[in-house]
Amino acid sequence: MDPYKLKKDFPVLSDETLIYLDTAASSLKPNQVIRKLDEYYEKYSVNVHRGVYNLSYVATEMYEESRKKVSEFINADFNEIIFTRGASSALNLVASSYGLNNLSSTDEIIVSELEHHSQVLPWQNVSNITKAKLIYVPLNKEGRITIENFKKVLNKNTKVVALNYVSNVMGYIAPIKEIIKLSHEVGAIVSVDAAQAAPHKKIDVKELNCDFLSFSGHKMLGPTGIGVLFGKRELLDNMPPIEFGGDMNDNVNLYEASWKEVPYKFETGTPGIAGAIGLGAAIDYLDNVGLDEIAKHEYELKEYTVNKLKEIDDIIIYNESAETGIISFNIDGVHPHDAVTFFDGDNICMRAGHHCAQLIIKWLKVPATLRVSYYLYNTVEDCDKFIESVKNARDFFKSVGF
Amino acid sequence: MNNLEILYRQVIMDHYKNPRNKGLLNDNGYKTIHIKNPTCGDDITVQSLVEDGIVKDVRHDGTGCSICCSSASVMSETLKGKKKEDAKKIAETYINMLTNKEYDKTVDLEEAVVYQGVQKFPARIKCASIAWKAFEGTLESE
Repeated sequence: MDPYKLKKDFPVLSDETLIYLDTAASSLKPNQVIRKLDEYYEKYSVNVHRGVYNLSYVATEMYEESRKKVSEFINADFNEIIFTRGASSALNLVASSYGLNNLSSTDEIIVSELEHHSQVLPWQNVSNITKAKLIYVPLNKEGRITIENFKKVLNKNTKVVALNYVSNVMGYIAPIKEIIKLSHEVGAIVSVDAAQAAPHKKIDVKELNCDFLSFSGHKMLGPTGIGVLFGKRELLDNMPPIEFGGDMNDNVNLYEASWKEVPYKFETGTPGIAGAIGLGAAIDYLDNVGLDEIAKHEYELKEYTVNKLKEIDDIIIYNESAETGIISFNIDGVHPHDAVTFFDGDNICMRAGHHCAQLIIKWLKVPATLRVSYYLYNTVEDCDKFIESVKNARDFFKSVGF
Repeated sequence: MNNLEILYRQVIMDHYKNPRNKGLLNDNGYKTIHIKNPTCGDDITVQSLVEDGIVKDVRHDGTGCSICCSSASVMSETLKGKKKEDAKKIAETYINMLTNKEYDKTVDLEEAVVYQGVQKFPARIKCASIAWKAFEGTLESE
């Protein structure tokens, strides 16, 4: 893949001085996706599943075609793909529907301090309501989830394992396949937060054998407001809807009603039609470039950057061994919020803060971290400019007395 | 000097490194307000003691970036000893100045006026205003 050529597809990057290093929060969107959104709004911007006229048929076809693309993208069956508002609402759906209806006080839920709030908080809620116990996998000294530590908390009472595939702060890849296998041996189901995995690595839900898997469109070149929940058909069939209204129902009577088959019983109201169609275009784009190539490119940029950062005094890196394109670090003695304003001055967009993952920030015992995350449109020149800016930031803050 | 340098060279670093009136008191006469910005981690608690219509003391404690912590210190020095009504007016003026709203330029913001530079960094306005908002809260809870 050629990042210099790919860059040209991203209108935000037409400002050549801009260095975008915050893909883990949200990726930029290529023209191919933007044009697809325009196409929907300009040519067939009508509702799906309802109209008996041709235009609605076209919109429905395009919407469902995207579902097919998503299902092929992760090797799922068509009916196992539920469109949601994002990874957060997908993860919440699993907790609110499966969790609240299947757990009781003798059960245990395994999570970790490495989770995004959208994975841990829904299960904290389930735990508070059902009195099922919330159990944290102890992280190893690098802050990783290991099989050895996972085995320490897994037991016959474990009913749900809710973990991330790739950490949004540390960029570590969890040994999720082995975790799923072990969990199934004790009869637990596994809900995988793949928000940081799906944009960067090939996922095969059949090979992983995961029960649920969630991700967002906007982190993988797609529009905001669209996400995906994959769930195994037999599980989804037995789960109640958590939102009720139009389109999700079958027969409606005065005091009871019945629901459509999956996935539609979980998609009430007018869905994010443009978003879903745009996500399809994003998947096409990623398929054309190749996820393996993308992952390799990001990792190389990360390795290059980490090696250079290590030569600079006063830089603390928290996740040197990450297998992906994420770097969490701080400038010693400088609050990340102060630092990020300096980077902003150099037109470098990056994240400072908790990254919606306060538990790992507390685990690291720091007030917050700076985070760089690379994607297919980043180049080695971006890394160099960033590294130069880090040096200047360090010098500046030392010079004013930090 | 660029904008960032001007901002940091002035009062901010002095107060960040040597905060005045820092540390909370366990005294029922003080009104206490805690404000947190969960996205960045700024976490500030402000106390005020008002007697006979005078702000007798302002205390603060917490963690955050230099702009957040220094502004709490500058605020405590600026407002201590002021009449309650004047302190209120200064806080209101300060926040209006930061947020680029019309503000009464006749009000003397003393050292706090340096935070005018924060206007140029819109993402940091919250950092510079959080302690002042907490102070306003302590007066409201009177």
